[in-house]
Amino acid sequence: MSQKIEFENILRRIEEISENSKKIYGAPLIIDPKTGVATWYDQREIKIRFLISIEKIKRFFEALSRGKILATKCVNTGEIMFPPQINCPRDPKNQIEWVEIPNEGELVTWTIIKVKPYSFSHHDDYIVGIAKISNLNINILAWVKCKDPNKLRPGLRVRLNIVKREPENYLIYQLEPLEEC
Amino acid sequence: MRRKVAIVGTGHSIYGVRNDVNLPELAYESIKEAVDEAKIGLDDIDLVVVGNVGGWSSEYLPAIVINEYADLAGKSTFRIEAACATGSAAIKTAVDAIASGEADIALVVGVEKMNESLTPVVVEFIGRSGNYFWEFQNFGLTFPGYYALYATYYMFNYGVKEEDLCLIAVKNHHYASMNPKAHFQRKITVDECMKSRYIAWPLKLYDSCPISDGSASIILASEEIATKITDTPIWIEAIGSASDTSNITRRKDFTGLYAARKAASEAYKKARLDPGEITRHLDLAEVHDCFTIAEIMAYEDLGFAKRGEGVKLIREGQTYIGGLIPVNLSGGLKAKGHPIAATGVGMAVEIARQLWNKIERGRQAPIKNGRGLAHNVGGTGHYAYVTIYSLTKPRG
Repeated sequence: MSQKIEFENILRRIEEISENSKKIYGAPLIIDPKTGVATWYDQREIKIRFLISIEKIKRFFEALSRGKILATKCVNTGEIMFPPQINCPRDPKNQIEWVEIPNEGELVTWTIIKVKPYSFSHHDDYIVGIAKISNLNINILAWVKCKDPNKLRPGLRVRLNIVKREPENYLIYQLEPLEEC
Repeated sequence: MRRKVAIVGTGHSIYGVRNDVNLPELAYESIKEAVDEAKIGLDDIDLVVVGNVGGWSSEYLPAIVINEYADLAGKSTFRIEAACATGSAAIKTAVDAIASGEADIALVVGVEKMNESLTPVVVEFIGRSGNYFWEFQNFGLTFPGYYALYATYYMFNYGVKEEDLCLIAVKNHHYASMNPKAHFQRKITVDECMKSRYIAWPLKLYDSCPISDGSASIILASEEIATKITDTPIWIEAIGSASDTSNITRRKDFTGLYAARKAASEAYKKARLDPGEITRHLDLAEVHDCFTIAEIMAYEDLGFAKRGEGVKLIREGQTYIGGLIPVNLSGGLKAKGHPIAATGVGMAVEIARQLWNKIERGRQAPIKNGRGLAHNVGGTGHYAYVTIYSLTKPRG
């Protein structure tokens, strides 16, 4: 059972108890069977989804759709910035240019997410890793495609791929070990 | 010139799943204790600084709600947020206000009601405590996941095992079992810890702090007032504070927390303590052990051990009472609990009571130097505060 179904079952149970309490007490109470402590089940619900501006870094997403991953570079200081940003705080001229990130790096560290946030609870366990892109001196964080995490090790060569994230159905980058994993 | 500032009253609620109280009721538990201990009247308070992160709890203006409940409406007040270091940020804000002469007496309240939301929702909120767009939106990092990235790196670099991490959990549960205010009241074994399920490999359930509700409060006063209230004020000797990047990928290394090292260095300099011999100056430390790996990194970031050698301290029992420096005699975040914004204030309360020799038998540190250290980290090293508390009035 996915964590999403587990959570939805708990929510359904709480709603049943609250509806039953309304009949008995006239209020949406949840009485903890172990402690006898009473809580009020919130009768107001909000769903939050943000509208996040990507106007200034639109090129990143345009390039992603063409199979490329871009960073920005401060023209006068040479610093590469990933995630890309359009300002160079240490450069009075504040000039940037877009540069392509090479598609290979080395794994630095990783974790396997077992207990997921609610909005990821429909996914199976996933590996989040950080890879170093040596020649640009930047790190990239992404999911690592690997069926046997025991084969992961620091320094493992990985390829930076662009894949479609399902079931959300949008393009994103991932790290894929060059060795069988 | 800055005025000297001291703690003259402390309050601490029971930490845990506190569905028996709402947010202001929970805050008031520690407010009342602190005000009573300081023997001041409500009218004496000039400023109320409320630390609360929220999101998971229903009240949107917690400072206002708490002040009304505690009959403090009308006071200068605001809410402070610096993730898990909120409590220390609130203390620093109040200390600065008193030091500058803007206030004479301030109440600092750290309070969190995390269990108003169900666990997956809390996991969602805390997981967003990095860079939301680049790290959470697409990759669903969780808070244990962030520290797990440090743990993996540390373990591979320094040959540390999961059993070593469990030694931290065993110590902190040991001391929590003697702390009536702690979320967990039971000792655990390495074996139990090793058998607990993974939350974010390599970190397991028993490597992790719980989702706690709780509050802690302190009364801070200027030198002139503090010395009238008590013969033993706990002086704020120094506060070091620093921050780091939002994106974890922009950190230079994953063996420790840069912000914590910087905050420690600043605090030691301000207090004129020798960073190379820091444990000789201290009687105890409360450190930010939200996960077991975090306590080991804290040993190193604070200079208790060299880089990569923090694990030796716990293997040798050097952070128990009687060792090099007792750490987290309260049970720490790991076992006393981690009601996010209460934590930094709770550390101040614990250290003050330790320095006053008012702690339960079995977990009272021997007080020789009259000085304790609090290390409070926000996010995954996004914020860090190192505060030195002392029985001796600071020089200068």
